[in-house]
Amino acid sequence: MENRELELKSWQLRQDIVDIIMAGKGGHIGGDMSVLNTLLVLYQKHLRITPETTNDPNRDRFVLSKGHAMEAYYAVLADCGFLSLEDIKARFSQFGSPYIGHPNNKLNGIEMNSGSLGHGLPVCVGMALAGKMDQRDYRVYTVMGDGELAEGSVWEGAMSASHYKLDNLCAVVDRNRLQISGTTEEVMTQDSQEERWAAFGWHVLSIDGNSIDALDKAFTEAKAFKGKPTVIIANTTKGYGSPVMENKAGWHHHLPNAEEYQQITKDFAERKAALENGK
Amino acid sequence: MANKIPNRQAICDTLMEHAKTDKNIVVLCSDSRGSASLTKFAEAFPEQFVETGIAEQDLVSIAAGLASCGKKAFAASPACFLTTRSYEQGKVDCAYSNTNVTLIGISGGVSYGALGMSHHSAQDIAAMSAIPNMRVYLPSDRFQTKCLIEALLQDEKPAYVRVGRNPVEDVYTSENTPFTMGKAVWLREGSDIAIIACGEMVRPALDAAALLKEQGIEATVLDMYCVKPLDTEAIIKAAQGAKAVLTVEEHSPFGGLGSMVSQVVGANCPRKVVNLALPDAPVITGTSKEVFAHYGLDAKGISETAAGLVK
Repeated sequence: MENRELELKSWQLRQDIVDIIMAGKGGHIGGDMSVLNTLLVLYQKHLRITPETTNDPNRDRFVLSKGHAMEAYYAVLADCGFLSLEDIKARFSQFGSPYIGHPNNKLNGIEMNSGSLGHGLPVCVGMALAGKMDQRDYRVYTVMGDGELAEGSVWEGAMSASHYKLDNLCAVVDRNRLQISGTTEEVMTQDSQEERWAAFGWHVLSIDGNSIDALDKAFTEAKAFKGKPTVIIANTTKGYGSPVMENKAGWHHHLPNAEEYQQITKDFAERKAALENGK
Repeated sequence: MANKIPNRQAICDTLMEHAKTDKNIVVLCSDSRGSASLTKFAEAFPEQFVETGIAEQDLVSIAAGLASCGKKAFAASPACFLTTRSYEQGKVDCAYSNTNVTLIGISGGVSYGALGMSHHSAQDIAAMSAIPNMRVYLPSDRFQTKCLIEALLQDEKPAYVRVGRNPVEDVYTSENTPFTMGKAVWLREGSDIAIIACGEMVRPALDAAALLKEQGIEATVLDMYCVKPLDTEAIIKAAQGAKAVLTVEEHSPFGGLGSMVSQVVGANCPRKVVNLALPDAPVITGTSKEVFAHYGLDAKGISETAAGLVK
């Protein structure tokens, strides 16, 4: 799929995310919006996995470490045919539903459960090590939040990934600069991430994480880089896509009211129309 | 003591025996290969060994990641760190994600005697048993340890195994180790008292039964190596055939074997149940043998408590 088509698709998926959240009466909308393009580019252009190959030992692996961005993950998994969007919307967060607010590996396409932060990277180290042991050429991807980087276990994983030279591993940091209590810099300083990861022996790429072209290019570059794991610092906007929620910590977990919902839907439609009109 | 082989050594020997033909066996240590008696494994099978450094959270998550890709992961680290420092990794990455990881808690209980409470794991049974989809095993001797590890190699579910640091007197023999996964072993039958023990408390429980016999008291002794899932059928049968039940464990008095047995007996065949365990306090300084004697967890102490219960 061409990147322009992905851009268009991303606006439809943003609407799907908001609709899922409305149906389930709550969700991590801010982080869903910042991470969506990362997930979209990964699933549409880089991950070698289909709904039919979820048990193939050679499939690429993905773990959503910032598991709370589940609504974005649902939208992408549904778009790729792993799950049914209609079923998700009908049952998300409902009594007895498999569609919970964090990854559930009983659902097709989801490798590992997460929800508690700081687990994805070390789990992916194990997956990448298994790939090296078995001489398989699959790649392993994880996406973390920037607030998540305060978890010590992230750095245990970072340490072992570089120790074992896991160049089949690529981590993304969704650097949206906000967490539930405020800016990341207020809560716990996260600046100089590039230096921190480089000091841990990683190949570091810092990009505009809202840009589909930049994400696509970064994943391609990560794949070609040998001898070290790659981290992509994806500089994003929390709540990306509508001024109603952009850069507002209060939208970390939020249910839009009727008025907000209307405005967000309008903003998405306008952004999409502008793209279609070549603006 | 006749036996010089600790249970941790039996684990290494068993894994080495199978790793030759099963290349999916992977052993992980957190700078603990020496303490876990796994140095020989690391030397013989470097391609099936992963060192994570002193990072227990990483150890368990990496094991889960390996297991999700088809490996049979055995992560060995001191029980005190493995079950508390990386408790959440055991809960989420192993149990919740349902990965084929066996967590091996070495030097469990008060094995590290004089090193203090930081190095004791007197809450691992309670903690690990409370996690859905986590099984908990405390083998009693080296022969049973081998049987248990071989049984765990046959399935693909997470488990926690606790063993001690020092060699323990054999309960079984190389020719005679009755073992059915998930079933307690009936070591002895008697109609006065049922003694139910796990791990390294089984041998002293059996020795206590011999002392009791000298006093004319007949004891049933159950080796409840399978703490979770618990062999409730055996507990009910043992309790029904006795006047009282005595549980013995190297663990806190809360949430361990004694608590579980009490629940089963209370619900099915009410009898007096007394729990011999470590105190709810940092244990007294000493070797594990001295600690056991101090708290009545040796043959003498167990027989005295048992005799008091039936008189």
